[in-house]
Amino acid sequence: MASVTSNPSATSSLAKRQPGSLTLRIEPPRTWFELRLEELWNYRELLFFLVWRDVKVRYKQTAIGVSWVIVQPLLTMLVATLFFGKLAKLPSQGLPYSVFCFAAVVPWTYFSSALVAATNVMVENQRVITKVYFPRLILPVSAALSGLVDFSIGFVVLLIFTFLHGIRPAWTLVLLPLFLLLAVFTVLGVGLWLSALNALYRDVKYLIPFIVQFWTLASPVYYSSSMVPERYRWLYGLNPMAGVIDGFRWALTGTGHAPTATLAASTLIVCIVLFGGLIFFNRMEGSIADRV
Amino acid sequence: MSTAVIQAEGLSKRYQRRARASSELLREALARTLRAPWTAFQRQKPETFWALKDLSLQVREGEVMGLIGRNGSGKTTLLKILSRITRPTEGWAEIHGRVGSLLEVGTGFHPELTGRENTYLSGAILGMSKQEIARKFDEIVAFAEIETFIDTPVKHYSSGMFVRLAFAVAAHLEPEILLVDEVLAVGDVKFQKKCLGKMGDVARAGRTIILVSHQLNQIRRLCDRTVWVESGAVRQNGPTAEVVSAYETAMTSPERGSAERSFDNQHSARFQSWNLVGAPSDSPHTLASTGPITIRFCLDVHTPIRHGHHGITLYNAERQIVWGWATDDLNFPRGQVDLVYEFPYLPIKPGAYSLQVSLWSDGQNVDLWDAVPDLLVATENFQHRRDEWSGYLNVPSVFSWNPK
Repeated sequence: MASVTSNPSATSSLAKRQPGSLTLRIEPPRTWFELRLEELWNYRELLFFLVWRDVKVRYKQTAIGVSWVIVQPLLTMLVATLFFGKLAKLPSQGLPYSVFCFAAVVPWTYFSSALVAATNVMVENQRVITKVYFPRLILPVSAALSGLVDFSIGFVVLLIFTFLHGIRPAWTLVLLPLFLLLAVFTVLGVGLWLSALNALYRDVKYLIPFIVQFWTLASPVYYSSSMVPERYRWLYGLNPMAGVIDGFRWALTGTGHAPTATLAASTLIVCIVLFGGLIFFNRMEGSIADRV
Repeated sequence: MSTAVIQAEGLSKRYQRRARASSELLREALARTLRAPWTAFQRQKPETFWALKDLSLQVREGEVMGLIGRNGSGKTTLLKILSRITRPTEGWAEIHGRVGSLLEVGTGFHPELTGRENTYLSGAILGMSKQEIARKFDEIVAFAEIETFIDTPVKHYSSGMFVRLAFAVAAHLEPEILLVDEVLAVGDVKFQKKCLGKMGDVARAGRTIILVSHQLNQIRRLCDRTVWVESGAVRQNGPTAEVVSAYETAMTSPERGSAERSFDNQHSARFQSWNLVGAPSDSPHTLASTGPITIRFCLDVHTPIRHGHHGITLYNAERQIVWGWATDDLNFPRGQVDLVYEFPYLPIKPGAYSLQVSLWSDGQNVDLWDAVPDLLVATENFQHRRDEWSGYLNVPSVFSWNPK
């Protein structure tokens, strides 16, 4: 969609400029897709400030402040352990159910809250979008990244928790960042679609709680993916978060099998969704200030 | 010899006039597609209008250019295209240098954050680097005169303090090209002067500025050259004094005015212009005394008005209603009608105000006009020097004290 070039040595039809001065050409959108990663990099400081703002503002005017980051997943885990672990007695791959569940709740909390944040980011920053230029892609990226701060706090609690249950980290722990990365890309891929759609159709705002709820049930957060019948496993793997959560749990505790097949499917799906999201977002970007 | 830093050729911007709101409900879009699936591919022709049509422009390095025109003439659209917020539908522009745009005061401010935090955040959003903000931080705080409150969340600021800080951040932007839209209409007059001074410094420092304003005095004071935009195209482009007075004449004289606000048959009457009766002809919209004051609105009546209702509202720059009034049972003959308001005094504090007038006939709205240009109150100030204590009224008082 973009056709703004920032080229220091632009073919200027005007008078000659000093070297290093910037020439910008503003034109109607022509190409159907142009990813300007270089421009994104030039705006990295703004990205940092947006993430910083999100983190700063998130727990302002709450009584227990940043403790919510710990309380939320802990409570979720406790309730799930009580109902799914003790009452329903769901199998938990030989792990204590609380550990089994907590290892999924922490990345899941990141995913669901970051997805909601990314969905709303264009609408929430409507005023800024209509008043200042910056690569719009920065907004969903900042939403996906700012959740990582909460995640890291939750992750430390998770490490302590598993350690207290006598589970020592295995070598697989080094693979954990990969699964986290996959989760970030999933947020970004889906978030690009939803944020651009939300800017056009506010229905998305009302739809997102259902999406998250449905997605929770369709992911192995409270139950083991081994409960899914073998012949539907490929279908299950189309949910990228299935690969992320299984992999995360595996990398953290070192028990069970590496979810290679699910993971391959998940990675593929994420790539497709992310690429499609970039194209869709890119097409929207030029007119988003007029339509949001 | 200065060179062109902005060159625009044939810029056009088409908007869809949306009867359905900008955020159409998904249900409606789906229903539309379901009812008539082919239209999704067929692309029905939506009603469109051109906010800009074939506008060409050149701005030279170090020039301060004014941009004037009525509301909706395309000034803001032009600034939005040049600052890359939106893209043109046709045409192109080339800009040489770093562009900063100031389309609103306080862009990116977050009420929960402190003044210090907001300075960094807003600075970054406006395009400053962290280093640059850190370097200018003390200067910004001093300019805003809020030293003691810099670590207080801005939600506890008075509106005056907020505006001062927001403007101070923006005023310290140092792009090579600065695009400014009507932001100087805020704040108390003293601070406005300070901002104008700062902008004057910026201009003298060789930076290029495009300034949009309804306050023609500001344009006169700051701009070398002025472009008058009308219906999305350049109507006149030349030395400020010439263009501004041509614009003013067109706004005040009803004959010329009627050419601007043209008649269509749907309107049985239209407001054409307004002015302060007895004001000097070069500033017919500037109030220099607190009273008595006479304001005249010129109305062109196309079909006679029966049982008419007419209302007037005076807004301040924050769009708060300062005064409103209405009257009923008006019967206007065809032709020109002057609606005249006489005030023994109008003790409002200096600044920009806007007037809105409406006319109804037999319960049907005939016209609703945001009077252009703004009413500029430039009277002597009898208020507290500090904005947060000054209030809305500008009343002279005689103070004395006597021991009993």
